[in-house]
Amino acid sequence: MVGDALVIDGVTLSFGGVNALSGVSLSVREGTIHGVIGPNGAGKTSLLNCVGGFYRPQQGTIRFLGADVTRMTPDRRASLGMARTFQNIALFKGMTVQDNIKLGAHAHLRTGVLSALLYAPSARREETVLRREMEKDVIDFLEIEHLRRKTVGNLSYGLQKRVELARALAMRPNVLLLDEPIAGMNQEETEDMARFILDIKEERGVTVVMIEHHMGVVMDICDRVTVLNFGVKIAEGAPGDIREDPEVVKAYLGKAG
Amino acid sequence: MRIGDFKETYAADEAIFRTPAVRAWMGALGAAMLVFPFVAGDYLLYLANLVGVMIIAALGLNILTGFTGQISLGHAAFVGVGSYAAAIGATRLGLPFYLCIPLGGAAACVAGTVIGVPSLRVKGLYLAIATLSAQVILEWVFSNWDSVTGGIRGINVPPATLYGVPLDTDFRVYFLIYAVAAAFTYSARNLFRTRVGRAFIAIRDRDIAAELMGINLFRYKILSFMVSSFYAGVAGAVWVYFAKVVTPEYFPLSLSIQFLAIVIVGGLGSIQGTILGAIFMTLVPELLKAGTEAVKPFFPDAMSYLFPLRDILFGALIVGFLILEPHGLAEMWQRVKRYFALWPFRS
Ligand SMILES: Nc1ncnc2c1ncn2[C@@H]1O[C@H](COP(=O)(O)OP(=O)(O)OP(=O)(O)O)[C@@H](O)[C@H]1O
Ligand SMILES: [Mg+2]
Repeated sequence: MVGDALVIDGVTLSFGGVNALSGVSLSVREGTIHGVIGPNGAGKTSLLNCVGGFYRPQQGTIRFLGADVTRMTPDRRASLGMARTFQNIALFKGMTVQDNIKLGAHAHLRTGVLSALLYAPSARREETVLRREMEKDVIDFLEIEHLRRKTVGNLSYGLQKRVELARALAMRPNVLLLDEPIAGMNQEETEDMARFILDIKEERGVTVVMIEHHMGVVMDICDRVTVLNFGVKIAEGAPGDIREDPEVVKAYLGKAG
Repeated sequence: MRIGDFKETYAADEAIFRTPAVRAWMGALGAAMLVFPFVAGDYLLYLANLVGVMIIAALGLNILTGFTGQISLGHAAFVGVGSYAAAIGATRLGLPFYLCIPLGGAAACVAGTVIGVPSLRVKGLYLAIATLSAQVILEWVFSNWDSVTGGIRGINVPPATLYGVPLDTDFRVYFLIYAVAAAFTYSARNLFRTRVGRAFIAIRDRDIAAELMGINLFRYKILSFMVSSFYAGVAGAVWVYFAKVVTPEYFPLSLSIQFLAIVIVGGLGSIQGTILGAIFMTLVPELLKAGTEAVKPFFPDAMSYLFPLRDILFGALIVGFLILEPHGLAEMWQRVKRYFALWPFRS
């Protein structure tokens, strides 16, 4: 039976006077791609930050794979199988692509400081196994073989987004939270990224929550879409229905006009 | 078949010395270091020993400051804790040097943990102040806890003995110092091949993202502090077998600053840079001393300016490198290597 991977219930978050989120509830079914859209400043990133443990909502609860994670620190949530990418890329810029990806696997590794200093056989084995899995599951998959030893800071924006996805995949997540994974990409990069996200869902059964402004991609790959405006959920449904929803049309036109 | 940098196995690709050329150079360096004490004079040997101790201690500070991004102004005090622990182990407990050296490391590590736990809850300037107070407090303890540290008279330590041979000359101590320095350099390299070292660097580069990778910031900062002070303590213990005496004035704040200078001038976050920095920052004051002696016939009171001059020079080097060459000597060295890699085809 397929259940809900993520249940957000009545989440309210305010900064001083600004209500970034007002009583937002939504459920994400396991093994689906769930889109979150809305005009700028609608509270999309804030919602993801609450899920990731970055912000503590003033009200409401967040359940992740059945566990209440509302008060958990981000590193605990990560170890439960939550991974994310950021709207403004949060890679370790001075490190190589390979080391960034290896960092994604941190929570799955066991080497302690003593075996690290001695590079004990257990540490050597762990690094070799990690390297092999990473090559197959992440580097080959995302077609970044040529970038392994490049310093992340020197890569183009589109490639950095891809490396950030690679790092998130190395976390072997059950749920992947993506904040505008396509923003700033050219046509070819956009198509690649959309294909990767679909493959991640279909081949690995990973649940994806994706904030995105690129409507074409949202309509193409999302199973379900939630629309936020001024911190309030104004619509939810299949992509086709959302496009026709008068509230949604008004929110977008109101912003544009 | 790919040409060039292609490795048969991932294990080989993860090795420290990845190419035959690098391995050959390392072999040559090792051989040169073995020959050095046989050909060097007393003064050069003394300097080399000093450099060796500085390398061990500065590696510790670079792990904390250069790799983890946590500043410390108290590193010299942890070196001191290691020195005193080793001295007490060697005299009162009558332990052999191969137990006193780890004892020094362990004592400094404990002191580091006690001080690190409250200090690492704060960052930046506040951390600088917290470690500065650790320096001041420990220095005070060294001079005032007479029953343990011998107060300002300090503790005299017998030489280390190996199979009955006393390591009582600079020549003999050289081998002890560099065996330890080589082992600790290797360990530092190892650290950054694994998850622990990567976590340190991640915290330095972007602590918030590190936390989202499942890295517990506080735990890893403490771990870095512990490793760092363990290195300091081992350096302090080795120092004791070199100096044969330990007194409080060996570990002043200015030594902490000198360690920072080594790390900054050599290259923050570079192990190779630490070694270059330790050599450079040990030789600079010596050259300065030689220079001052040379002008003494003309300026009779030149020597009285030596220490202030040294401090000014250290300060100028720190500031100069931070502004002009923030990656330090390590980066300059890489440039030289790149230049000669293509030489003479590119000028
Ligand atoms: N750390 C913060 N401090 C104060 N206000 C904040 C903070 N983070 C977000 N906000 C405010 O909360 C509201 C929602 O912001 P949020 O970043 O979640 O929007 P968004 O939907 O992601 O927008 P965009 O499409 O531009 O990324 C905005 O009014 C914003 O100014
Ligand atoms: Mg946003």
